[in-house]
Amino acid sequence: MNRLKTRSASGKPNYFLRLGAVITSVMVLLILVGMIWQPYSPTAMDATAKSQSPSFAHLFGTDTMGRDILSRIMEGAGTTFLIATCVVLVGFVIGTIIGCLTGYFGGVADVILMRVCDSITAFPSILLALVMVMLFGRGKYQIILILGILFIPSFARVVRGEVARQRSLTYSYSARLMGAGHFRIIFRHILPNTFPVLLPTISIGFNNAVLAEASMSYVGVGVQKPDASLGGMLSEAQAYLGNAPWYALFTGLTIVLLILGFSMLGEGLSREE
Amino acid sequence: MKYVARKLFTLIITLFIVSLLAFLAFQIIPSDAALSRLGTNATPEQVAQLQHELGLDRSVMVQYGDWLSDFLHGDMGISFKYNMPVKEMIMEKLPLTAVLVLLACFLMVALSFPIGVFTARHAGGVFDRIMTVLNQILMSIPPVFVGILLSFVFGTLFRVFNPGSFVSYNENVLRFLLFMLFPALSIAISRIAMSVKMLRASLLGEMDKNYIRTAYSRGHSRSTALRKHALKNAVIPVIVFIAVSAAEMVAGSIIIEQVFAIPGIGRLLLVSISNRDYPVVQAIVMILAFWVVIVNFLADILSQYIDPRVRLG
Repeated sequence: MNRLKTRSASGKPNYFLRLGAVITSVMVLLILVGMIWQPYSPTAMDATAKSQSPSFAHLFGTDTMGRDILSRIMEGAGTTFLIATCVVLVGFVIGTIIGCLTGYFGGVADVILMRVCDSITAFPSILLALVMVMLFGRGKYQIILILGILFIPSFARVVRGEVARQRSLTYSYSARLMGAGHFRIIFRHILPNTFPVLLPTISIGFNNAVLAEASMSYVGVGVQKPDASLGGMLSEAQAYLGNAPWYALFTGLTIVLLILGFSMLGEGLSREE
Repeated sequence: MKYVARKLFTLIITLFIVSLLAFLAFQIIPSDAALSRLGTNATPEQVAQLQHELGLDRSVMVQYGDWLSDFLHGDMGISFKYNMPVKEMIMEKLPLTAVLVLLACFLMVALSFPIGVFTARHAGGVFDRIMTVLNQILMSIPPVFVGILLSFVFGTLFRVFNPGSFVSYNENVLRFLLFMLFPALSIAISRIAMSVKMLRASLLGEMDKNYIRTAYSRGHSRSTALRKHALKNAVIPVIVFIAVSAAEMVAGSIIIEQVFAIPGIGRLLLVSISNRDYPVVQAIVMILAFWVVIVNFLADILSQYIDPRVRLG
């Protein structure tokens, strides 16, 4: 648990870690609360409360159809968060398995797979995602699948490098001498030691997933209506920029805070090293 | 020269593989060029005849060869939807996206170098601390949101430009560039923050090395040691990053063209995806993929030119 102390080695307080933890907790709390309770129904229209600026009745105001923006943001942030988490999970699990096996065993498969990973990461993921939309279609689950696949290489690369380094350390040899099988060494001994290197990759991956989801839903190839997501809401909000600028502002700020929290957590953790 | 030749060889192989993948990807997608042209009322005989005319009844590899050689000769096929040459559709839109990306690159270079050097020189100072916080925030703002904020502040509030009504370079070059400045800033801003952070860290890393101590002992001040000695070594990773960004900002421009309603290649791509207009999508994907590969190649060459040690790696 040494990693979670909030002072860095030099004794100075680690503001990145603290602030990142605070922002992330607030956002996660907002999302969790949004799952069981929202101030209004995110789809309920109210003809008497169109385009209202923020007030006590509607903390974040209402849109041009009188829908409560806070409720919509809670709903949308939940969708975006869920998608980003699933994307990271898919990329992380498959990437880790591939990285462990290629890093440990090496050989031709290693060379070829890493070359493929290199070429995939060389291309902007949005471009590849757009092409894959034509294969898999659009929607919430499709976007998890598409981004999940595209995120595999970044995890595989990091894990591979670390596993290849760890397997030549003495503890791996000792384990081998004591009669442990290859898979036991990989998953029982080496894998836990790769987590310090993996943590920043997870935080970067999460942020990229939020960004990619927001961008794709914004241009209409991601989450489809009536599902709310932050990207889709941003494109909706842009149309009302003149009448209800707070809609775009609060939606955008939610995305920024989601990303900022995680990136500061990641930065804070790497400063702990 | 040997390094360049080796890289050039890899480049050609990569371009070849990329084109093959771009071709095969559209073979997997369930689509029938003949059917989509003739409509659903076509008789099987009509379909078979058109398939023969289009060469769709031949083996995949023969089709690929034909398609590639046509593509290299500038024939990108015919749009399913508009029944006009894809090349014409793309060529009128390509310059807009190119200007957008180049402008974004220019902003990156023009802003990140001075700010990066300044923050490193005054590391720990007030400006440096403000920039560290600001950078962290800027890196977290999605380009789409930057675009919306810029069009609200400079478009709706200050009326510097009119968001949504694009000005073509044929009409007024200056107003066109002014209009393009905002989308370019939207895709560049988070990357400027990243390269400032990178340049600062890299400069401070160099300043700890022995050759800087030598420079001090020869009477250099901190600022001349930084400018004359550390900078040259510190910029290498930043230049590579800017080059890689030039490739990735193309993807950013696909999204940002939508925010500012710029009729560039990104909008054409999105429209063609919803129309299932495969020849157009295929051609755009090929062009963008080639751009990415070639820019990465140039980044490699450039970094080896600045730092010959890279050649050994």
